[in-house]
Amino acid sequence: MRVETVLTKASTKRSRERRSSLLGQSLRKLMHNKLAVAGFAVVVFMTLLCFIGPLFSPYTDNKINMAMMNKAPSLKHWLGTDALGRDIMTRVMQAGRISLTVGLASMLLSVFLGALLGAISGYYRGITDQIIMRIADLLMTVPNLPLLFIFGAMLSEWKVPTDYRMYLVMLMLSAVNWPGMARMVRGQMLSLREREFMQAAEVLGLRPRRKLLHHLLPNIVPLLIVMATLNIGGAILSESVLSFFGLGVMPPTPTWGNMIDAANNMIDFQNHPWLWIPPGVSIFATVIAINIFGDGLRDVLDPKQKR
Amino acid sequence: MSEVLLEVNHLKKYFPVTQGLFGRTTSQVKAVDDISLTLQPGETFGLVGESGSGKSTVGRTILRLTDKTAGEVKFKGVDLHALSPAELRKLRPQMQLIFQDPYSALNPRIRVGDAIGEALLDHGLATKAEARELVLETLTACGLSAYHIDRFPHEFSGGQRQRIGIARALILNPDLIIADEPVSALDVSIQAQIINLFSKLQHSKGLAYLFISHDLSVVEHLCDRIGVMYLGSMVETASRDELFRHPLHPYTKALLSAVPVPIPKLKRERIVLKGDIPSPTNPPSGCKFHTRCPLAVERCKAEIPLFREAGAGHFVACHLV
Amino acid sequence: MKPLLKVENLHTEFRTDEGTVKAVDGISFQVRAGETVCIVGESGCGKSVTAMSMMGLVEEPAGKVTGGAIAFGDDDLLRLGKHELRTIRGHEMAMIFQEPMSSLNPVLKIGEQIMEPLMLHLKLKKKEAAARAVELIRQVGISRPEQIAGSYPHELSGGMLQRIMIAIAVSCSPKLLIADEPTTALDVTIQAQILDMLRTFKESSGMSLLLITHDLGVVAEMADYVIVMYSGKIVEEGEVTALFANPKHPYTQGLLKSKPVMGQRTEELYSIPGQVPDPLDLTPSCYFHDRCEHCMDVCVSREPLLQPLGNGQKAACWLYEEAAIHV
Repeated sequence: MRVETVLTKASTKRSRERRSSLLGQSLRKLMHNKLAVAGFAVVVFMTLLCFIGPLFSPYTDNKINMAMMNKAPSLKHWLGTDALGRDIMTRVMQAGRISLTVGLASMLLSVFLGALLGAISGYYRGITDQIIMRIADLLMTVPNLPLLFIFGAMLSEWKVPTDYRMYLVMLMLSAVNWPGMARMVRGQMLSLREREFMQAAEVLGLRPRRKLLHHLLPNIVPLLIVMATLNIGGAILSESVLSFFGLGVMPPTPTWGNMIDAANNMIDFQNHPWLWIPPGVSIFATVIAINIFGDGLRDVLDPKQKR
Repeated sequence: MSEVLLEVNHLKKYFPVTQGLFGRTTSQVKAVDDISLTLQPGETFGLVGESGSGKSTVGRTILRLTDKTAGEVKFKGVDLHALSPAELRKLRPQMQLIFQDPYSALNPRIRVGDAIGEALLDHGLATKAEARELVLETLTACGLSAYHIDRFPHEFSGGQRQRIGIARALILNPDLIIADEPVSALDVSIQAQIINLFSKLQHSKGLAYLFISHDLSVVEHLCDRIGVMYLGSMVETASRDELFRHPLHPYTKALLSAVPVPIPKLKRERIVLKGDIPSPTNPPSGCKFHTRCPLAVERCKAEIPLFREAGAGHFVACHLV
Repeated sequence: MKPLLKVENLHTEFRTDEGTVKAVDGISFQVRAGETVCIVGESGCGKSVTAMSMMGLVEEPAGKVTGGAIAFGDDDLLRLGKHELRTIRGHEMAMIFQEPMSSLNPVLKIGEQIMEPLMLHLKLKKKEAAARAVELIRQVGISRPEQIAGSYPHELSGGMLQRIMIAIAVSCSPKLLIADEPTTALDVTIQAQILDMLRTFKESSGMSLLLITHDLGVVAEMADYVIVMYSGKIVEEGEVTALFANPKHPYTQGLLKSKPVMGQRTEELYSIPGQVPDPLDLTPSCYFHDRCEHCMDVCVSREPLLQPLGNGQKAACWLYEEAAIHV
């Protein structure tokens, strides 16, 4: 307590006339975290590479060239070619578009679902809370991967067209991810509504809508941002695993997961490492970078969650 | 004779203690056990007691932040606990609460100006421009500066935050302010500033305060009438001068003698009470104070003393008076 | 006679994101055997950090004792190794804190926690220690000591726990007890009990007491000698009756005037305007100058030194500089 009083006094230091913003303060703190900045840089680099890179490539992702099968990296094909003679570099970038989009979109959807349901649960409590939370519990008791496998197998069974599969994969990922989000948001809501400033809002006679939108939600946003960031990494991984097993996005549409699947035999694995190393490294680098950045964000936005 | 602003009759608030898987109620904490008090417009009533005396619960139950168990709270003749939520909301601006902890009472993500002005807007009491004017005016009245309006709470010291809390209550032009230990979290030099602010505002606005505190010297400074609580019950009520000069209840006497006075080597007769404050879950029988009372007799263990008038306006609950 | 404790030019700093805070900035004082010295000041003035520095509780990398010496008997506490410090701590020098609950281990029984230092420092056997623990609990005024020895911290009230803390602190008959706001979290009637008990212990054992508090009433009741701190520095010190009767530093004067005193009601309280300066914004000056009604040009630009003013009182204020030189 003692040290803290000294420290709070110190942190109240501000120049006199400046209009302060919470976002600005957080950003400045984030800039001090070198690792987080590096993580963010990698994420930006990967995103730019995947979305802009293919425009400069002389190849297209699905152009088959039987004369150029399984060629090692060369000046013409920087990362070599695959079993159908397609340029790996171009495919990795194209796959990145899909993987990142799937990660981002399923994150957005699960954050939306999780935040909405969690907030409703925590704010209204009672029977609504019971119903939502029991559904969440049910989904959380089943391990995610087997569940996703079952969903994936169902999609294959119903012969869903490849074009739609990507969107359905997003939905699947969101469906298994929202319960965790909802739980966190609900917990936060429950603890926030007991805080004294919520009692103060009650004494002021504020409308329930105002209490929810102006007092509770802004306090949940930092948590949401952090959870959402960390969630993208998880979603990319899950999508890769599904696609690797042929249950996610189907070839010929490339994703990092189904590209690795191309090297699913010992011969390709040992003799043609350029088939699986580039997508593997892409997954690894992207997910690690996102998680490091997310950790940095959490330290800044939600210091209580540290460690 | 002006009309009574606040009238509390036989207010009781019991909290159930639940146990086990199915939340069976096994016992009750009698946080507030039959409290009555009245407050005239412009008057300050001090509610004194130690931790566990239920003084804060009284404040919160009056404002209906928690539901009562029994009794009646009348504000300007209106029974607050009988109102619908919408009616209560309309009445809220007239009675405000000031919190003990200036840190947790302000939402960390709301700018000070918005925190002070939002209730005006939400109740439709002012337009945006009017509200901003009023916020600036109130900030100044509470000893803050205009440039504070766009700051966030964490940029303020404890004393300044308490001023923000006071401004937030004051801008609604209330008739009653319940102040729950508003200065006990503050340093001495800041405490004096806030106490003076309380008196100044009372004089200029004709506010009535229900001032809840454990600090007798602060209560003596601010309050016209004082009630002493022990374990959920009122043991003594009297005007300030009467209570400090002629305390009747043994607990009040002990409390008064326990307050350290900043005069070194002052020889005072001190009544040091035995033992701890009993738990309100299982309060002693008869007079709740008998376990620590230096004068207790057999009768005190068995019989609950009546709260009766011992002199003009001086009420006490003790068998020995 | 050599004082029991002599703190000289102590500096303790804390590093924050925005800069270094000099929490304790060159303070010196001493405590003689059997004496009660009170350090009084408001939050952030460095009074608790002083105590933590003495007990070796300032943790790096956040904070560091950057200079000075703390002589306790023949040892300099700041030069001692971890092990040597541990043998002194809890044995010859003990400390109690504001929050007794957080200083006790929640999963150990009260009795075991009292026995621990007895077995460690006094090398008592388990049985002897257990008997002594019960005796100590009795001494701090708790009835049914055997039963209390067998209970866990969460089963006791704050006042009881603070008594247990005192029992642990005095168990090895320390020469010096440092009490950091020992009664701040307690009710007045319990505070009266605890203060009474501390006094009794002191009188019977002859130990010295360094009491850290913000409550001038407690100071008046307990202290022989008073040290007033403001923004990491000592602004005034002196023998308790002299200092209360005739405070010299404007801050001490303001502090005494701004506390409402029971039985001496006034219409308006005196209040010191403004607030404590930002510890990061300090320049060589009197740190109190912007709140002081006697502020002069020199106060803004130069730091006043602690000067003796006769009758044992010292103050760091430019108002007395002239007088001090001529004495």
